[in-house]
Amino acid sequence: MVGYIISNIAVVALLIGFVVVARAIRSSRMWSDAARNLWRRRPFAIVFVGVFVVIALLDSVAWISAPAAMAGVGDQVAASKPRSIIDRLFAPETFRETSYSAPLADLGFYDKQRLSYPGAHLLGTDILGNDVLYRTFKGVRVALLIGGLTSLIVIPIALAFGISAGYFGGRIDDGVFFVMTVLASVPSLLLLIALIMVLGTGTLQVCVALGVTSWVSFCRITRGETLKIREAEYIQSAKALGVSDWRIIQRHVLPNLIHLVVITFALLFTGLVLSETILSYLGVGVQGSWGQMIDQARDELSRTPVIWWNIAGASVALFTLVLCVNLIADALRDITDPRTRREQS
Amino acid sequence: MTRPLLEISRLGVEVPIHDRRIPIVEDLSLMISAGEVLALVGESGCGKSMTALAIMRLVPKPLRIASGSEITFDGRPLLELSVPEMRAMRGDSISMIFQDPMSSLNPVRTVGDQVTEVIALHDHRVSRAEARKRTIALFERTGIPEPAARYDAYPHQLSGGLKQRVMIAMALIMQPRLLIADEPTTALDVTVQAQILELLRELQREFQTAILLITHDLGVVNELADRVAVMYGGRIAEEAERVDLLTTSRHPYTKGLLASIPHVDRRHADLTEIPGVVPVPGEGPMGCRFATRCPIAFAPCQDERPPAVDLGSNHCAWCHAVAKEVAAS
Amino acid sequence: MLAYLVRRISYGALTVLGVLFLLFILFFAITNPDDIARKALGEKAGPDVIAQWKTNHGYDRPLLFNNRTGVSGLAHLTDTLLFEHYRRMLTFDFGRSDADDAPIAQRILEGAGPSLSLTVPLFVLGLIVGVTLALFVAFFRETYIDWIVLVGCMLAMSVAILLYIIGGQYLIGMQLKWFPISGYDPNPAVVARFLALPVLVGVVSGFGADTRFYRTVFVEETGKDYVRTARAKGCGEIRVMVRHVLRNALIPILTNIVMAIPFLFTGALLLESFFGIPGLGSLTVEAIQGNDFSTLRTMVYIGALAFIIGQILTDISYTVADPRIRLS
Repeated sequence: MVGYIISNIAVVALLIGFVVVARAIRSSRMWSDAARNLWRRRPFAIVFVGVFVVIALLDSVAWISAPAAMAGVGDQVAASKPRSIIDRLFAPETFRETSYSAPLADLGFYDKQRLSYPGAHLLGTDILGNDVLYRTFKGVRVALLIGGLTSLIVIPIALAFGISAGYFGGRIDDGVFFVMTVLASVPSLLLLIALIMVLGTGTLQVCVALGVTSWVSFCRITRGETLKIREAEYIQSAKALGVSDWRIIQRHVLPNLIHLVVITFALLFTGLVLSETILSYLGVGVQGSWGQMIDQARDELSRTPVIWWNIAGASVALFTLVLCVNLIADALRDITDPRTRREQS
Repeated sequence: MTRPLLEISRLGVEVPIHDRRIPIVEDLSLMISAGEVLALVGESGCGKSMTALAIMRLVPKPLRIASGSEITFDGRPLLELSVPEMRAMRGDSISMIFQDPMSSLNPVRTVGDQVTEVIALHDHRVSRAEARKRTIALFERTGIPEPAARYDAYPHQLSGGLKQRVMIAMALIMQPRLLIADEPTTALDVTVQAQILELLRELQREFQTAILLITHDLGVVNELADRVAVMYGGRIAEEAERVDLLTTSRHPYTKGLLASIPHVDRRHADLTEIPGVVPVPGEGPMGCRFATRCPIAFAPCQDERPPAVDLGSNHCAWCHAVAKEVAAS
Repeated sequence: MLAYLVRRISYGALTVLGVLFLLFILFFAITNPDDIARKALGEKAGPDVIAQWKTNHGYDRPLLFNNRTGVSGLAHLTDTLLFEHYRRMLTFDFGRSDADDAPIAQRILEGAGPSLSLTVPLFVLGLIVGVTLALFVAFFRETYIDWIVLVGCMLAMSVAILLYIIGGQYLIGMQLKWFPISGYDPNPAVVARFLALPVLVGVVSGFGADTRFYRTVFVEETGKDYVRTARAKGCGEIRVMVRHVLRNALIPILTNIVMAIPFLFTGALLLESFFGIPGLGSLTVEAIQGNDFSTLRTMVYIGALAFIIGQILTDISYTVADPRIRLS
């Protein structure tokens, strides 16, 4: 029950965080130029991702309706649970059918009975009668959670370990490098599955498992870059001037890693979302994700006539999200590449 | 008068940015006779390397050679040759050596292999054994010790000086009539510089190769050049025989360059400098490129192109002030 | 060179020990042997049955230190789950499956053949397609051809492999009926028909990212100074690509190849399972779906072993490919 309260708080925190980041970007010449450049190159991708984010946020703000207002609803158990804005828009308890129906159809797919809401289901309904568009929208939040939350956990941890290893070297480096090597040696999918089998299949556990298996590659990059930066002359002179290590890391190492962070975030994101589809196939995915929809839809394809709208909705949404994030990551990489930056000025 | 070996006429190299065409090299005309050493001098960014690459037709995209340019080599119009025809000239009739020998050599192939490749590219009749022999002989001639052993060495195993000797061997193995040397000694230690210059002088005399020597170092000019051309802002400022240029230069930029050379015997004196900075291509005065930094600039300099002023015995300056002086005398 | 080899292999061995420790934590420390037993025997099994099952499967010892009565000396440390785990894994004594008691080692040997018959052609074909396409595109860089191929790769990369599998099975298996949807027959006369679709799906799902990466490597090499020298010598563009750029580009490409090796093990997981190929991947998937921890443990171990060996091989191959490393 407490989950929805945490979710609401998180949304507020995210919005505040967004405003803070936006102001930070605005105040830095380099970053506002980069942002403007990015907008110029990939306006559509950014808009699409923005739409996805809005849908996810709408699905994260939830509250429980007063019992009186829900008196007329048939399924009282569901009505007493917290419902998000998306839930309220779609009202899945009432806006449903008995079973399959094609997009915008008037009759049921198999029973050929008149639907409760003829012509209203843009993507049809699934085996339980749920509106597929509704399920697709619900999947947005799951996807962004898997990609975003995990990345937010992974990146600070990988940064911390990578910078420590690269900057301080010696035993710390040996230790971190060994841990990285061991983790990287295990095929990540297998490790992921093993972790989930051991930890459980809740959303948080899946995110933790995904986090454990994906922090290594970013940590390796961070460590490599920190090693390079450490040898730079301006670091040597800062040290010679007596600047403390912590300050050096804060003012010289971190800012040079930020562009890597941004790009890695985007790439990690898409990788994680795509991995989840594989987990769903194996039965250990997150509830309500697109991966589950695709998995459930597998045998629907072998029927005649074919039931395609379930998998279509999930696939198109998944493909669009992944493609847009990939495009943005690509453009970001071009923009922040020191070589191209010089040429553009 | 015999026909010059290389004749460049109104060469332009430009880069299209948005809808403008920024000139890197503008309206450049030069001439090199057979067996002559012409030094092309200027600060970084004045366009001398681009001029060299233009002769080889190796100007990197997105830069390109402007229309109206003409380059004639041994009577042949280089800019009108087909790509295979031009390729046949590179390494065979015209060769080029570059500034940094470490990055200019392929790190995963032996140096001997890279030199014999030139032979294989241009003369199919030569057998591999024969090509190897010629390479080793040239290695010896360029002062590489233990040439046979060095043939199988990789670039990273050689010192900077040795690598540059390999580059020279690569460039001269087919006995080209023109060698373009782009800052051949800049990346080397001072002691090695002298050796390489000595080597170039010997080989130049022996093979009677003309050299277009690109450099910013007037000391190098003094060692090797017969004639000198000074570039500034993509154009030629002054051109003369070596001694004339070093002793009786007329263009204010050349004079400024010569004045800024520190003298060993002039102690406790401030170094003379030319105030201001080199103009970015496409910006700055479009009349005379030097107008904003010139101590004797006057009315026409900012917007009118300076005329070529013939000062006799192959000495020419592009300057309004010099033109006025000559007209007055 | 020999010293380097010794050091490298020692570090690899150390890594193996580390991996085994990780597996121990995962499968013995966090998971409860009682839970595993109940999953295999059913919830209602009595404590005696569970204890017997645990003894049979080697779960009845204490984790790290054994101070039961009758145990003395070295046995304090060796009669523990930790020691047994290390001893057995390092001697390839894999024991029996938690789910159906079948000997694991046997299953592995049976599954290796079908797995390799899928992953080796997949790997080789994928490499050829990726490198050739990348070379082609690098040659035509900054032209329309380049742009079209890059866009194609980007689109191809954004499709989840699950969708490629389902799509491939649906379109090519069901609609066009070119190849069977799934199944496997080791008979050399017909095995190609069963492998064609999974190999095709595997190559198509992977070529996007590979081609882009190889292209970047090629284009970066083409911008280097030694390529300018080669052109100044009179080399044509094709010769530049093949005789100069390719050799240098091999070095970063080798790294990418090594990263593909574990994928051969797990990506094949999906392909085998969907296309009904009875290889190691299917074995692993069955273990997951059947909560068979001992088989899963073994498969993870083997996967890690394969990766570590692959890394060592790649490091050695660097010394062959790059004279700067070989001769220093």
